[in-house]
Amino acid sequence: MIYLNEDLCKGCYLCMEVCPRKVYTPSENLNHKGIRVPVFDLEKCVKCQLCTLMCPDQAILIEDDD
Amino acid sequence: MIENEHPHKFIKYLRTERLPHLFCPGCGNGIIFNTLFNAIEMSDVDFENISMVSGIGCSSRIPGYVKCDSLHTTHGRAIAFATGLKMANSKQDVIVVTGDGDATSIGGNHLIHAARRNIDLTVICVNNDIYGMTGGQISPTSPKGSYATTAPYGSTDKPFNIAEVAKAAGASYVAKYTVAQPIQVSNAIKEGLANKGFSLIEVIAQCPTYYGRKNKLKTPKAMIDWFKENTISLKQAEDMTDEELEGKIITGVYINKPRAEFIESLDAISAQNSDITPEDNINKAYMGD
Amino acid sequence: MTKEVFVQGNEACALGAIAAGCRFFAGYPITPSTEIAEIMSKKLPTVGGRFVQMEDEIAAVGAIIGASWGGQKVVTATSGPGFSLMQENIGYAAITETPIVIINMQRGSPSTGQPTRSAQADMMQTRWGSHGDYETISLAPSSVQECFDYTVEAFNLAEKYRCPVFVMADEIVGHMREKITIPDKIDITPRQMPEKCENYLPYDAPENSTTPMPSFASGFNIHVTGLTHDERGYPSTDDPDVHSKLVTRLCNKILKNRSDIAQIDTKYIDDAEIIVLGYGIPSRSALTAVKKARDSGLKVGYIKLGVVWPFAEELLLEYTKNAKRIIVPELNLGQVYLEVDRVLGKNAKVELVSKIGGALITPDEILDKIMEE
Repeated sequence: MIYLNEDLCKGCYLCMEVCPRKVYTPSENLNHKGIRVPVFDLEKCVKCQLCTLMCPDQAILIEDDD
Repeated sequence: MIENEHPHKFIKYLRTERLPHLFCPGCGNGIIFNTLFNAIEMSDVDFENISMVSGIGCSSRIPGYVKCDSLHTTHGRAIAFATGLKMANSKQDVIVVTGDGDATSIGGNHLIHAARRNIDLTVICVNNDIYGMTGGQISPTSPKGSYATTAPYGSTDKPFNIAEVAKAAGASYVAKYTVAQPIQVSNAIKEGLANKGFSLIEVIAQCPTYYGRKNKLKTPKAMIDWFKENTISLKQAEDMTDEELEGKIITGVYINKPRAEFIESLDAISAQNSDITPEDNINKAYMGD
Repeated sequence: MTKEVFVQGNEACALGAIAAGCRFFAGYPITPSTEIAEIMSKKLPTVGGRFVQMEDEIAAVGAIIGASWGGQKVVTATSGPGFSLMQENIGYAAITETPIVIINMQRGSPSTGQPTRSAQADMMQTRWGSHGDYETISLAPSSVQECFDYTVEAFNLAEKYRCPVFVMADEIVGHMREKITIPDKIDITPRQMPEKCENYLPYDAPENSTTPMPSFASGFNIHVTGLTHDERGYPSTDDPDVHSKLVTRLCNKILKNRSDIAQIDTKYIDDAEIIVLGYGIPSRSALTAVKKARDSGLKVGYIKLGVVWPFAEELLLEYTKNAKRIIVPELNLGQVYLEVDRVLGKNAKVELVSKIGGALITPDEILDKIMEE
């Protein structure tokens, strides 16, 4: 599962940039600070964790589904 | 921070009441947290045993968010403070986080002398090629021709290669990578923590707000792409001319050559002169007599 | 066993530091204080301590502050030029409430000045040399014995008030040799480790006071910063109330306790119409002059400030209430004199006996001032 903490996201979109599977895409969803947070397509994710390493705001959790 | 049931895997190491941190959107400093905690988890070092020290600048704000003892000191002096902290109780693992201006401009003297002594500190030097905290002034590592608020016509200076400086000064472990290489950065910090001596890990990090805006790299993505385009390995650099190397980020392990550590050498002399060891004196200030 | 030794002032400072429990010294060579570093480099390894010669005085103060948080009592020694370099980090120690001791063997100044001659010209710098509002404690030894005693006292005051404490000696005291007595039992003030508790607040100190200081690597996980900080130690730089509360407390923990911190020697003051009020090495000439004046029937008294800063206003007003004239001898062009005049000048005429250049003020020079009318 992918969990995105919208309260911590600052909308830098580095997750979109680094994800080799294009899991993240822009959205019109605004968080409490008016930042457009990305949305993700779980189906595409292979849990490589690169986005969690590159997220400067510690806003993403990728968990194994078990 | 608003409570979250599924936090990022490294949130547990952070002072969550202080989140979100003050870094701009897409700032490379945020990625340093991840590589640091990733390295600690991969290493033999116990998180509970870590003390952090920093100077002044954006990257020097990192320790203030980490749930450990942290000393946020004066501009340029982090390594000097860390030298005293480590010598007072050498059982703790001391990590210094410093920036390019902090470590090589105002604090350059402390950097080279700590490297010369080979004191057991792990220094993470976050190099964003600019003064971010004060609003985008030129730094000793700004590439020739880059723009800053105090270099409106472009920098004319040859920049420092911090890793080379540390190596030349005597550091026993030096590595350099960019934040676009988070696995390599993590491994380098892990190796730095394991090295009993002075370790410096230079991490090239993006400042989209100031460096990017001044240099036509306005987004975090543009800056990361710029790093990737200009990153070469030490091996590749061997066959390149000075002209070809200009503007390149030469990454890899510059040196990994353990040698006698400063405090261990002092204590060896001490052992010949006294039955009382510095370990007997840990927290001596709290003892009566 | 009480011990008598024949040593120079610099050595007495080093012995005092070790007796007070100091096990860490970081410094940089500078005349006329270098002997302190040399002696510490020799002695510390024999008592399980550690010595480091840093790259400059900025680093020296940085290192001792770091070591203080590491759980040690710490000291450095310097003279004018080094003292100037130390000032930024002294302010850091003040705002972070870090106990440190700095010994300043004052020399002719400004700038490189007279490295081998005496002066008392850093007395205002020791008070406010770093930027901002803050208060610290400065002692001024006038003998080799006091170099030992005051250094011990400096460590105790640094612990009690959690602030930088300065031993403001001078080249003459530093290089003079005298017999001193080292008592077998020395009162030292141990640092207090705070109690561990949930939601521990490292800077939650009562008004006009400080709070127990934890050491790093003891499980408190505290944040220490030179930024204006709240009770948690976290930066809080935009709230005027947080800044005002912090800085006011930092000053008041010293100022409101100045009568307790004071160390004042007095002689013949009960009937004194003229009082010679000094500190440090000129006090010795002052005492001789006062005795001579007494011998010739003049009602002259003597006050020596062991602690110069904070200035013990209330006690000194009391001690000098019957005096018509107060004479202040100092090896500068008038520094502590200004404070004496501010505090005591309403009741008495405050006069300066000043000398610079390196020679001591003689008893006759003070006597001449006493005889002036």
